[in-house]
Amino acid sequence: MRFWLTTLAVTALSIAHPTHAADGVDPAADARAFRNYFVEKFPNVKLDDFANGPYSLNEDMRRQWEEKEQFPPYEFSLEAGKELFAKSFANGKHYADCFADQGIGVRQNYPQFDEKSGQVITLELALNRCRETNGEKAISYTGDDMAALTAYMAFTSRGKPFDIKVPDDPRALEAYENGKRYFYTRRGQLNFSCATCHVQNPGERLRAEVLAPAIGILNALPIYRSEWGGMGTTSRRFITCNSQVRGVPLEPQAEEYRDLEYFLSYVSNGLPISGPGSRP
Amino acid sequence: MKKLSNALWSLASLLSIGSAALAASSEADFKSAYARADAAEQEAGRLRNQWLATEAALADARKAAEKQDFETAIAATKEAEALAKASIFQATSEKEAWKNLEIH
Repeated sequence: MRFWLTTLAVTALSIAHPTHAADGVDPAADARAFRNYFVEKFPNVKLDDFANGPYSLNEDMRRQWEEKEQFPPYEFSLEAGKELFAKSFANGKHYADCFADQGIGVRQNYPQFDEKSGQVITLELALNRCRETNGEKAISYTGDDMAALTAYMAFTSRGKPFDIKVPDDPRALEAYENGKRYFYTRRGQLNFSCATCHVQNPGERLRAEVLAPAIGILNALPIYRSEWGGMGTTSRRFITCNSQVRGVPLEPQAEEYRDLEYFLSYVSNGLPISGPGSRP
Repeated sequence: MKKLSNALWSLASLLSIGSAALAASSEADFKSAYARADAAEQEAGRLRNQWLATEAALADARKAAEKQDFETAIAATKEAEALAKASIFQATSEKEAWKNLEIH
């Protein structure tokens, strides 16, 4: 197995040859091109439906998913998230105190660029910062509690379109560009980029999985995955993707992952939040 | 007969010394090879592009070395070094090559 993977990697690397693209950072133009690419590739799919991932591209899977949605597998997590969100910290404050609109219906505004720190703040990071500001320990970015909290917050934003801002700030533009670069960069022994699966091959099968389109791919997160037998956060999803291409994953909420989430969310602006979701 | 016995004893001693020297040499070879592979893997880490197979090969090398199986350890180390170098090449070439996949 290792021999074949090594051979595959060497072969793939040998055919890679660099060229040059435009140097300017223009998020709005990127988002237009991104949207046009998928609309032209899948002319029968309504734009909003891309937020439903592989179900927008595969009729059989869609039917199964619609039946599953009668008793969605993320329901327990959603309930747990609602309770966790309402539970007060030791100092009497709540998660709601850390967010605009008391944290209800705000998921579509994350990630945000924080001008003070010059960093991208994801919803997961904001939740842990909220905990730490109020004297609580941070929780795991890949654990059930984080999945439950983000599931509840996503649920309160269902149907609201992603509304990510990239301010005219060189640091924000750099973060956006870093995310874009990460998305298109081949990595791991299999020499795959995120785009290899989710731009070049959405709708195709990779073993038993039908690959989701990159546009709207984060709208359904967090997700219940049958493969995982449980809920998974955006952090968990990125880490799993890296492992699947035989790369050593970065630490959860690494700058690269936060920038990637920033890029992917921005280019999905206008598409509705559909999370929490479920996937095979 | 006594002369033959002494000769055999001397030969056995020589072989014993020889194999000890060979083992020591193998361990030194392993340490040197491992240092090279580890340095390459650290460079891949600096480029944020390590591969799981490299880590696995390094772990295999350490396990074999603990069992004094330096032949296996060196083979695993060489594989790890090759993989680490491939991941460095990937990270370096992708600094520009990623643009080939970009949607315009």
